[in-house]
Amino acid sequence: MIEILQSVIPTALFYSAPLILTALGGVFSERSGVVNIGLEGLMVMGAFVGIVFNLTFSDVLGAWTPWVSILVAMVVSAIFSIIHAVASVSFHASQVVSGVAINMLALGIGVYLTKQWYGKGQTDMVAQPFYTTDIPLLSKIPVIGSIFFQGIYITSYLAIILAFVAWFVLYKTPFGLRLRAVGEHPMAADTNGINVSRMRYIAVILSGALGGLGGSVFALTIASNFSHSTIVGQGFMALAAVIFGKWHPLGAMGAALFFGFAQSLSVIGSNIPLLQDVPQIFLLIAPYVLTILALAGFIGRADAPRANGEPYIKGSR
Amino acid sequence: MPSNKLFALLVPIVSVLMGLIAGAIIMLVSGFSPIDGYTALWNGAFGDSYTIGETIRRSAPYILTGLSIAFAFRTGLFNIGAEGQVLVGWLAAVWVGITIDAPMYIHLPLAVLAAAVAGGLWAFVPGILKAKLGVHEVIVTIMMNYIALFTTNEIIRKVLTSGQTTTDSIAPSASLASEWMQSITFYSRLHYGILIALFAAAIMWFIIQRTTIGYELKSVGFNQHASRYAGMNVSKNIVLSMVIAGMFAGLAGAMEGLGTYGNMSVTAGFSNLGFDGIAVALLGANTAIGVVFAAFLFGALKEGAGEMPTGAGIPTELVDIIIALIIFFVASSYIIRWVIVRFKKEGK
Repeated sequence: MIEILQSVIPTALFYSAPLILTALGGVFSERSGVVNIGLEGLMVMGAFVGIVFNLTFSDVLGAWTPWVSILVAMVVSAIFSIIHAVASVSFHASQVVSGVAINMLALGIGVYLTKQWYGKGQTDMVAQPFYTTDIPLLSKIPVIGSIFFQGIYITSYLAIILAFVAWFVLYKTPFGLRLRAVGEHPMAADTNGINVSRMRYIAVILSGALGGLGGSVFALTIASNFSHSTIVGQGFMALAAVIFGKWHPLGAMGAALFFGFAQSLSVIGSNIPLLQDVPQIFLLIAPYVLTILALAGFIGRADAPRANGEPYIKGSR
Repeated sequence: MPSNKLFALLVPIVSVLMGLIAGAIIMLVSGFSPIDGYTALWNGAFGDSYTIGETIRRSAPYILTGLSIAFAFRTGLFNIGAEGQVLVGWLAAVWVGITIDAPMYIHLPLAVLAAAVAGGLWAFVPGILKAKLGVHEVIVTIMMNYIALFTTNEIIRKVLTSGQTTTDSIAPSASLASEWMQSITFYSRLHYGILIALFAAAIMWFIIQRTTIGYELKSVGFNQHASRYAGMNVSKNIVLSMVIAGMFAGLAGAMEGLGTYGNMSVTAGFSNLGFDGIAVALLGANTAIGVVFAAFLFGALKEGAGEMPTGAGIPTELVDIIIALIIFFVASSYIIRWVIVRFKKEGK
């Protein structure tokens, strides 16, 4: 039993880290009332920048390369997400359409530049990805230590810690209250002197930063290179986690952990007695089916923020 | 204030021009010649009869996915699920094409119909969830896309073949391939599907403009509450709109399954027909005729892109960037309108 947990839990944590990070971005954006279908594109951008930076600077930065890479990816994706903010907040574009365009644009730019810089459709493998480590002290705890803290990626714990930070920011600070108010009833928030556009810009940029972080973590732990098929659907799965987690940071984290768990089972399930007989297909589609069921109200009610998806036009009712 | 009709024409044209200009700037910045690039694009799309045939072939599924998204949009629904509906339609068409043995006048219509029905059923789920439970169709259709992707892959591997990644080819009696069309276009893969696509566009125009059903669908799209007070069954109209949209997208799958490829392969990702369809519908202002024009534009861009690496050394993805930018510009038409109105005022 412990052996099974030892193989399942680190893998689940490994697969869920990028989902958690990106889903947190989705929570910020959607809580402020901006639908973000573009999470996938933000992850693509993050993965692209993370890999390219890593390849370019691994000689200079050595062991610090992956950490600096994800920071740079975070910043670039945050800047990239401003396009979505400008279109959907200032230009009153349909947020779904703008998100779709973000996805196409990110992939287009990523592959275009990859081809131009490397002369082929995919980059080389990075020299400095993240490696698994044992966390000091904690990994010495009997039983729990070997399951949770040995041979683990630190980024997984970074993601979980960030989820709590996001929860604190959204629910325990004036900033979070304002952000949620803007997503529920922008006109009331505006009347109370909150700058709706500014809050939404900040939220979208935060989602860009977190999406970029998620994408680069995915690239530097799971994929190790960048091509057109590095990020296929992880962004949409993160979006599913946002909804399945009912637009709550900790809920989204839980959902992302669960989806990561489902993914890890589809990878290593054939070694586990009970799951051997479950066809892989059910594990693959589980996150998506569960999200539909959650939305339909079969697994508790999932209600979106009231003003989600509606551009706020001052003076209109 | 200029009339709305003028705007409806001006916004897409300005957006496409801005997209092409942006593409030229990107080429310049990355050290390519925009003239060489666009010449290669043009030659790749219209250079000879073969490429023209391929451009038309590529446009057929775009017309259908564009119609799918445009049709749902007229009822106020956003069908991001065209991608998944294409896949199930493709699978259904190929399935019928492989397994059934019948003369052509039964087999081909049956395979095409199967694709439409499969797409319609796939879209029924988000439709009924929206109508009865108020679940937002965007999220459900996205989820349905992935369910379709994994399920069709699994069926190809486990049911239609034993562990292979590509199905057998369909029987000739279910094929849309046309020797006549191939011969006039120097043996391109052009097939009869384009006629189905154009016919579907005519049907959409007819339903929307000339029938009570279309009137109700549009009415629900404009204002659900008013439609309900007027005695229309809003739920029924929502489901109907999604199903018809799904059928269009399913037909796009038939284009690929029965026309271009004649089989279906396991894929890691989407064909992007559905996502590009969003761009087509937007650019075509959600009208049947607009969709046809926009689909030909996108078909030409995509087909021409294939020539850019060999003709000018430019990666094909440039066209994806241009298309994404066009979507942004059309979606932000608010600002284009604003600028045009400003210009008019200052001109006076």
